[in-house]
Amino acid sequence: MTHSHDHDNELDPMDARVRALETILSQKGLIDPGAIDVIVDTYQNKIGPQNGARVVAKAWSDDAYATWLKEDATAAISSLGFTGRQGEHMRAVFNTPQTHNMVVCTLCSCYPWSVLGLPPVWYKSPPYRSRAVIDPRDVLEEFGVTLSKDINIRVWDSTAELRYLVVPMRPDNAQGLSEDALAALVTRDSMIGTGIVGMAS
Amino acid sequence: MSQPEPEDKQPKLPLEIGAPTPFSQPWQAHAFALVVALHEKGLFTWSEWADALSGSLKRPDVAADGSDYYNCWLSALEGLINSKDIAGTGEIDDVAASWARAAHATPHGMPILLNNDPLAS
Repeated sequence: MTHSHDHDNELDPMDARVRALETILSQKGLIDPGAIDVIVDTYQNKIGPQNGARVVAKAWSDDAYATWLKEDATAAISSLGFTGRQGEHMRAVFNTPQTHNMVVCTLCSCYPWSVLGLPPVWYKSPPYRSRAVIDPRDVLEEFGVTLSKDINIRVWDSTAELRYLVVPMRPDNAQGLSEDALAALVTRDSMIGTGIVGMAS
Repeated sequence: MSQPEPEDKQPKLPLEIGAPTPFSQPWQAHAFALVVALHEKGLFTWSEWADALSGSLKRPDVAADGSDYYNCWLSALEGLINSKDIAGTGEIDDVAASWARAAHATPHGMPILLNNDPLAS
């Protein structure tokens, strides 16, 4: 190297601020840096829509489970090992031929982390948070979902205490598939209500 | 068939970030995890957090494409840390400046340690 200098690391100001908080909070004994790494790893690598897809596939395959999910989603979901850490309750809303469900958080970005992981960027964006309530049909069009006019759209506004999981309708031609095969069909957006589950024929 | 966008259309939804990770930069993941950890420690309830985040996200200059979401997240966290008397803005500024100096003094490729701050006592 002909032009070497020993100070080419520049921290993004946000990066420096987060490091500062981490330093202060661990000095005060309020956090354990090792635990922070575990949380990051969990949410980056372990929790995601594959969890919700298991819930939906089981509800599609097992009527008793579907009933339980309808009546007490928190318990039914936690029986599969997916438990929220923020003390939130879950409610499962089932799509029917008459009603399509869609989830938003107008307040901030509440989202069922334990079954869907962290929300996509659009879910947290101001346009989605306002438009999903005002004109859900138009928002769905933007996602490529066109619902016939006789289907009602119900929009559920999440809170810190109550989060929603949409249970999409099972594709008509998915009879006889195993739970694993069914789970593979279930997309994240279908569980937010901005997508529907289709099946290549 | 693509049609020209009508002028008066509502703001478009931002495109998905393609990367599989929910965070576009490592500091965002850490800011996220700090909130989860402090909540688990009992420093605030999740409703308190949602209110703080909501206040931060409702500022008029927030980006419509959601790109500054974790900036809002961090500012909400700092607000709670201030209001719970855990640390003031001045203290956070000082330690952040120390981290910036430490990074500057660290040769590329070496881990950045706070002790690398030339002004560290």
